[in-house]
Amino acid sequence: MLELINLRKAFNPGTINEKKALNGVSIKLEEGDFVTIIGGNGAGKSTTLNAIAGVWPVDEGAILINGQNVTGLSEHQRAKYIGRVFQDPMTGTAATMEIQENLALAARRGQKRSLRWGITRKEKEQYHELLKTLGLGLEDRMTSKVGLLSGGQRQALTLLMATLKKPQILLLDEHTAALDPKTAAKVLQLSDEIIAANHLTAMMVTHNMANAIEYGNRLIMMNDGRIIYDVKGEEKKHLTVDDLMKKFEEASGTTLNNDRMLLSKKG
Amino acid sequence: MDLLLSKLSTFGNALPGDITQGLIWGVLAIGVYLTYKILDFADLTVDGSLGLGGVVAVVLITNGVPVPVAMIIAFLAGCAAGLCTALLNTMLGIPGILAGILTQLALYSVYLDINGKANAPISIDKFPLVISSRYVTAGNEVIDIIRTVGTALIFVLLIIAALYWFFGTEYGMSIRSTGCNPAMSKAEGINTKVTTIITLSLSNGLVGLSGALLAQYQGFADVNMGRGAIVIGLAAVIIGMVLGEVILRKHFNFVGKLAFTAIGAIVYFVVLRIVMLIGLSTDNTKLFSALIVAIFLAVPYIQKSAKTSFRRAGKRSVSADASPTPEPVNAAGKEDK
Ligand SMILES: Nc1ncnc2c1ncn2[C@@H]1O[C@H](COP(=O)(O)OP(=O)(O)O)[C@@H](O)[C@H]1O
Ligand SMILES: [Mg+2]
Repeated sequence: MLELINLRKAFNPGTINEKKALNGVSIKLEEGDFVTIIGGNGAGKSTTLNAIAGVWPVDEGAILINGQNVTGLSEHQRAKYIGRVFQDPMTGTAATMEIQENLALAARRGQKRSLRWGITRKEKEQYHELLKTLGLGLEDRMTSKVGLLSGGQRQALTLLMATLKKPQILLLDEHTAALDPKTAAKVLQLSDEIIAANHLTAMMVTHNMANAIEYGNRLIMMNDGRIIYDVKGEEKKHLTVDDLMKKFEEASGTTLNNDRMLLSKKG
Repeated sequence: MDLLLSKLSTFGNALPGDITQGLIWGVLAIGVYLTYKILDFADLTVDGSLGLGGVVAVVLITNGVPVPVAMIIAFLAGCAAGLCTALLNTMLGIPGILAGILTQLALYSVYLDINGKANAPISIDKFPLVISSRYVTAGNEVIDIIRTVGTALIFVLLIIAALYWFFGTEYGMSIRSTGCNPAMSKAEGINTKVTTIITLSLSNGLVGLSGALLAQYQGFADVNMGRGAIVIGLAAVIIGMVLGEVILRKHFNFVGKLAFTAIGAIVYFVVLRIVMLIGLSTDNTKLFSALIVAIFLAVPYIQKSAKTSFRRAGKRSVSADASPTPEPVNAAGKEDK
């Protein structure tokens, strides 16, 4: 489904600020895999997802989606395969546009945009039903500007937008980190439901180790631009947070330096 | 008293002309609205593309090209100017403001290449121009005055209708999202370079059309006719936004915004007339436009910083100081990891 082959990426190469963010990341996801990603600050988690999305070209390596090599495609060309939800709730939606307009934009991800009307009546009905499933009352505010929504509402909407047109791969980058704990739990639950209902292949970065264990069928740990631990199936189910801490120290020779992660150790 | 009456009558006589001029500049202002408000791109190409549109129309018409065809070509010339700025920005990475300045500067030479000299006159007596200031001055038949104002109004209304349609389409929506959130737009598969190119072209096309109308209206094009045009366009946009929000409030939708941009241009020219009647000299009109824009742009900033200023915080702290001195916070102000 998704295959990353030896990805490398350095930022600001040749300057004193050079940062080798990816040092040979390889992984192969099967269809329907839901992978959670943990790791310390600056481990390269976001960089990995950005490489997949094509925010910039990688220095080395290949990215295959469904067997197709997309390494040479720009961000907007790849968009048809990929759904994304970002850490910052502001990033995933257009604040000055209506809720239904945002959905209509997302429904056309990867399609040629024509001079037909941008949103049809049939779509509006469809979005109305879809928004109902969120249980946030957004179905009655379809013509409201997204800028008026709370962070949690925006993330829930972004999640709908990312999956409205079924993506080959869904990328979630700490998408609940900016929300209060109660809302975060709700959005996480919703993500899990949507992934299950649509049989999506997904990657989710989280700083919450308990969440990383609880959700998904596979877990990877990153450090210094590499995947240092990869576990799935039964073995993953029986992991504990302490196991993960120990694994990290074994594999990296240091203690985990993610302050937020340590805080949320107990989950 | 007599003086006041005579000024009032001057004002009344000039009003139809000022409205017509406002509507013609309203076409330019709507172009500025597309870049400044929708795309979030401060485009200075405008100062050059106005004169370009004017001179293209004049030269073509005086060489026997039918007026409507000449105006369409003036529109396309404006589009080409916008395209240059857009390519400098999106393909060569030149910051938007600088890209606009470069094109604008080059267009002064292009103007002179097209016309050979700074001034390009065109007479309503010799050519069937669509609009002329000759028919809106005092002493004209009412029907002529109405026809002239009406012609300008029809242009503005047709443009608003066309833009309402365009920005409601799938493609138009992708332009709006590009201006609002480029990162999200790319993630939704929108080629933001292309949307930027299209919008800058369309915007300057409207400016070129405005130039073609203005040259016919005033009976000439001039190499300097666009100097400061962006400021007048911005003034119209900003005045329109303020008025629209006050008058339409919740119902201030897209059509309202375009319409109020044109109304903003009319208000600008009417107010300019008033301050000139009060005593502002023609030499100072550009100073006046710059002041208007500076004030309108500064007001939101001042309002915001008035709420959260260091000076106020300092004052508040004095009264807090009267109570027992609190323990000094440690230097980092937060716990170590
Ligand atoms: N666009 C960028 N420019 C320069 N450095 C970057 C950029 N993106 C990430 N980095 C650096 O790459 C490293 C990995 O970052 P990131 O993938 O964001 O870490 P995380 O695992 O916390 O998400 C960090 O040192 C970060 O500072
Ligand atoms: Mg990150």
